Amino acid sequence: MRDRTPGLAIETSGLVKTFGENRAVDGLDLAVPAGTVYGVLGPNGAGKTTAVKMLATLLRPDGGEARVFGHDVLREPDAVRSRVSLTGQYASVDEEMTGMENLVLLGRLLGHRKAAARDRAMRLLEAFGLTEAAGRQVKNYSGGMRRRLDIAASILNTPDLLFLDEPTTGLDPRSRNQVWDIVRIVVAHGTTVLLTTQYLDEADRLAGRIAVIDHGRVIAEGTPGELKASVGSGSVHVRLRDAAQRPEAERVLTGELKTQIHLEADPVALTARIPGEDADAGAERASRALAALASSGIVVDDFSLGQPSLDEVFLALTDRALTDKKMEETAA
Amino acid sequence: MSATTTETGTSFVPAADTLGAVLAPGTRPPRPSALSASLTFGWRAMLKIKHVPEQLFDVTAFPIMMTLMFTYLFGGALAGSPTEYLQFLLPGIMVTSVVMITMYTGVEVNKDIEKGVFDRFRTLPIWRPSTMVGYLLGDAFRYTMAATVILVVGLVLGFRPQGGVVGVLTAIALLVAFSFAFSWIWTMFGLLLRSEKSVMGVSMLVLFPLTFLSNVYVDPQTMPGWLQAFVGVNPISHLVTAARSLMAGSPDTGEITWVLVCGAVSIVVFGALTMRLYNRK
Repeated sequence: MRDRTPGLAIETSGLVKTFGENRAVDGLDLAVPAGTVYGVLGPNGAGKTTAVKMLATLLRPDGGEARVFGHDVLREPDAVRSRVSLTGQYASVDEEMTGMENLVLLGRLLGHRKAAARDRAMRLLEAFGLTEAAGRQVKNYSGGMRRRLDIAASILNTPDLLFLDEPTTGLDPRSRNQVWDIVRIVVAHGTTVLLTTQYLDEADRLAGRIAVIDHGRVIAEGTPGELKASVGSGSVHVRLRDAAQRPEAERVLTGELKTQIHLEADPVALTARIPGEDADAGAERASRALAALASSGIVVDDFSLGQPSLDEVFLALTDRALTDKKMEETAA
Repeated sequence: MSATTTETGTSFVPAADTLGAVLAPGTRPPRPSALSASLTFGWRAMLKIKHVPEQLFDVTAFPIMMTLMFTYLFGGALAGSPTEYLQFLLPGIMVTSVVMITMYTGVEVNKDIEKGVFDRFRTLPIWRPSTMVGYLLGDAFRYTMAATVILVVGLVLGFRPQGGVVGVLTAIALLVAFSFAFSWIWTMFGLLLRSEKSVMGVSMLVLFPLTFLSNVYVDPQTMPGWLQAFVGVNPISHLVTAARSLMAGSPDTGEITWVLVCGAVSIVVFGALTMRLYNRK
């Protein structure tokens, strides 16, 4: 049996990979706790795939260190390979072969005997709703089916660590939900998942912790809640009955929240960003602001309280990184 | 969650219990042996032939064409009659056709390597060269087919080998073994070059002189001295002489040994280069 000791599944420090002039990964520090979904969030070209490839022993790092369950990726690649499995950004299955053949092939390569490999393949196909498609060539699968087969192939030996590199890119919403459900079940069974994504809601829904990366570096790290809190506690959106009352409402809200009020295109709507770090305090301040509107005789038809989306977090963080860089450059 | 698993692709809902059952960590089997992993990749190559049988066109039509073309083109002029010439030509044309076919190995590797499935293979804890050996095992099947096709065409046209069944089969075995060894040069180029087309180009550049500047078509005695020198060291010439001697029933052990050594050197040199490239890709 295998040890599934709690601790770190992945640990990198100062990881670097350069392609010519381009520093794709530029001093990446990660600490991924075992048994969780860890999100790596970043735009295209941020270095997510390069980082995953180094961790999965597909690329040799040019600098820094990376350990997977304590095994150095450069010095003990086979020890790493025996515990991880990768579902790449592009289907890591053979298009010309059938779903069944793909899984049997992999089962054999993982050391299963013929009968065991077939048995395991059949059970996986069933669990992933692909029994009917088992005998069809993968090139005739839909994107969602292909992705499911890909993940089925990745969990054939129940890896301790599963890399999912942008698993839902290009999938329709239904297939995306299926992938999310699968990830939750896989993680509930003890596999650590490193998920890269450019979709913020995906990281928000699945990941226990998130590292936001840009230009090959971690620019922020924490739980989804912490990341959101780092850009303020949210916003309050108000719809008035009478557009004529909007200037008055804007004045009241400004006085109450001491913040910039955004006037929406809709003449009866306005949004205020609530300053402050703490989400609970934010809600309290929002309710006081609403009470102030009521006591000023302004009729509110509808209001909603919004947490900042990870999109806002991401934009705020990358903006900040950009500004910092500019300042560094000016200083230099 | 107690969703039911339906069979249609779109309405599938992952169920915690069925998925959980396949996820239950059992003991992992020990990693497969080098031989087992290679044979599994060989099986993969065979499956590809099964799914895309058109690719066997290369190993059937091309050799038939070569045999017919050269037998009737040169036969009368060089040996008095096509049937007479065929006794000399057949072992050589068999070697030429099979060695020509080896270049598809490089094309195939080049086409495949960029696909995501290679990333998966490379993250498996298996004997690393097995992926490449698997290709070559599939190709060895193709070589055997091509050789068989040529033999049958030859027999139909009047080829009568003195070496009998044993001589002919040994010659084919030697040819397939040499081609397997020689193909490592193509796995190397398949990994080294960027596109399928450049692999083709380089293959032609190597294969044309190697097969034509040999003793396949005519006796090297008629060639100028410098060309005789090249023909003399060309491994294809040695392979042809060895194959002829086996089919004629008078095995030339010196030449056979030469061919086997040459094959071994090819595996060591180009196999090492291939694996170096494969690991760095």
